[in-house]
Amino acid sequence: MAKTIIDMKGIVKKFFIGTPNEFAALKGVDLKVYEGEFVAIVGASGSGKSTLMNIIGSLDRPTEGEYLLDGVNVTEAKDAQLSKIRNSKVGFVFQTYNLIAKTNAQKNVEMPMLYAGLGAKERSERAKELLELVGMEERRKHLPEELSGGQKQRVAIARAMANDPAIILADEPTGALDSQTGRLVMDIFHKLHKEQGKTVVLITHSPELAEECERIITIKDGMIIGERKGTNKAPSMEANEEKKEVGA
Amino acid sequence: MLFFENVRLAFSSLLANKMRALLTMLGIIIGISSVIAIMTVGNSLTAQVNDSMSSLGANNVQVYLNYKDTKDEVTEEGYVFKADDPTKVALNESDLFSKEMIEELCEAFPDEIYAVSLTQGVGQGEVKEGSQVAYVNLLGASVGKFISANIEMVDGRFFSEAEMKDARMLAIASEKFVEKLYKGVNAEALGKTVNVYIGDKFYPVTIIGIYKVEQTAMTSALMGSSDKVTDLYIPLRAAEELSHKDYYYSFDVIGQPGADADKLAGKIKSFYNTTAYRNSRALMVDALSLKTMVESFNTMLGSITTAIAIVAGIALLVGGIGVMNIMLVSITERTREIGTRKALGAPNSSIRLQFVVEAVVICIIGGIIGIILGVLAGTGLAAALGTPASPSVSSIILSISVSMAIGVFFGYYPANKAAKMDPIEALRYE
Repeated sequence: MAKTIIDMKGIVKKFFIGTPNEFAALKGVDLKVYEGEFVAIVGASGSGKSTLMNIIGSLDRPTEGEYLLDGVNVTEAKDAQLSKIRNSKVGFVFQTYNLIAKTNAQKNVEMPMLYAGLGAKERSERAKELLELVGMEERRKHLPEELSGGQKQRVAIARAMANDPAIILADEPTGALDSQTGRLVMDIFHKLHKEQGKTVVLITHSPELAEECERIITIKDGMIIGERKGTNKAPSMEANEEKKEVGA
Repeated sequence: MLFFENVRLAFSSLLANKMRALLTMLGIIIGISSVIAIMTVGNSLTAQVNDSMSSLGANNVQVYLNYKDTKDEVTEEGYVFKADDPTKVALNESDLFSKEMIEELCEAFPDEIYAVSLTQGVGQGEVKEGSQVAYVNLLGASVGKFISANIEMVDGRFFSEAEMKDARMLAIASEKFVEKLYKGVNAEALGKTVNVYIGDKFYPVTIIGIYKVEQTAMTSALMGSSDKVTDLYIPLRAAEELSHKDYYYSFDVIGQPGADADKLAGKIKSFYNTTAYRNSRALMVDALSLKTMVESFNTMLGSITTAIAIVAGIALLVGGIGVMNIMLVSITERTREIGTRKALGAPNSSIRLQFVVEAVVICIIGGIIGIILGVLAGTGLAAALGTPASPSVSSIILSISVSMAIGVFFGYYPANKAAKMDPIEALRYE
């Protein structure tokens, strides 16, 4: 049995909008994600998926319930501990890339390592390796504003990998990209999952993207309403395989 | 490690907004440079005062008459006896210092008094030689005057004792006088008998010596026409006879080398106030050592300098508020960056450090530019005033520290605001 990376029991998140009104964005979520899984969380906007993502990523604490991330209890962590958990256990990939402006690709990738307290030489070597992994080694001295959307997102993925996190948490990573570049980015996630055995959690509203993951979790009105297996294959790979078959 | 990274970051964010950074620094630049310039000018003035005062002899004590402090007397029943207003009391010759009184003083403190400087003015007048006119102040002087005022002879000789006693009409003229009437040829002036016209009278005097005219930038600034009118010294007794006055309002005492001028001043005061002036209705004697005068002058200059520097410091304060304002704008603009950094695992403390460092960098750069400008302006002004002075190293170090402190103080609030941002809100910020 693989190690449990995300272990959530009865997670409730309430928001207080003035005293009489409270709004429960999550109403008791149980979720387990195992090491090496590629999981998609799908849901319409307002379903609570962003709130769930914030809690998975330790950006927020649940109101009720228990959450262990890679064996660390997030529920009771203080702010400073949450920073540390985010730094060492979570690699964020955002829809809008969120690279730091005026800071070149390599320095962006180095940033999580900087906060982890790694030395300059170590940081620079690891950043180069990671940029090579996502095919961006040629552009490591470029500033974010000199990169295309797809290139920015690849740098962001390299940055997410910086401290070898327990999970890669990608929030609509292809949402701002055209379908072709989006494909390229998805392929990188597949590569990380297959070749590096990374645990990837993809948050999306797109059923097609969810389909290529290993497991698909559907969330609605703050509750998990369904769970099923996906293809765990990139469509392009399928297409290639089909071609091979045809050719054979 | 993180610190240097933050300094690098601060520079790159300043370079990204050069105009804004410069305008922000401007307040700091103006504040620091004016403080430094004012301090430098203050140093220059103090040095000048000390120079010219010490050339007058720090050992000297000025003795002068002053009005008594009188108080109304109130009896037990509440009747008030109005005291005489000392300024309304009519004075006559016998109320002033006579030569005998001054001699008594010298006899009382032979170990402490080296000489007494007395001058008796006859009046201002003119001396004509051909078409040239020299304006002079005909002044009787004791030997002490030449010592206390540090008058240096450049040619000729001084009065002999017999000549002073006999009140001979001999004179010692200034270089300027010789320049004006004899084209600077000392030999032509020496031995000449000239007529000094004062009002409708004239007094013939024979020039036997020439003295050097000391002129500092300050004395020429304070006495703008001093190059026109110079003192023409004659023996004191001759002046007493010409003016029919042998009493004095004030005189200078030259202390023996090594004597404490402050103590001497005290002794002189009590000497007169317990003897000759004990029963005077209106007058008392005051004595002031030059040392005390220099000190009080320096204290006054120091407090003026400080007062102006405080005003300049207000400019610095306004500059600091400007820095705070810009930092607040900056963190609002960079909300997403702050959110991203937090998501990547930056603890609040390092976000705070980042923005405090940025504010400090702005202030230090502003401070350095301000110091350079202030030193240039201050030394320039000091040179124009005649006594070159440079700002003290301590004031430069102080300025740097003050600008750092301003950065920390005014940068902390915005930085703390950034550090406390909710990462979710910050990431969502558009």
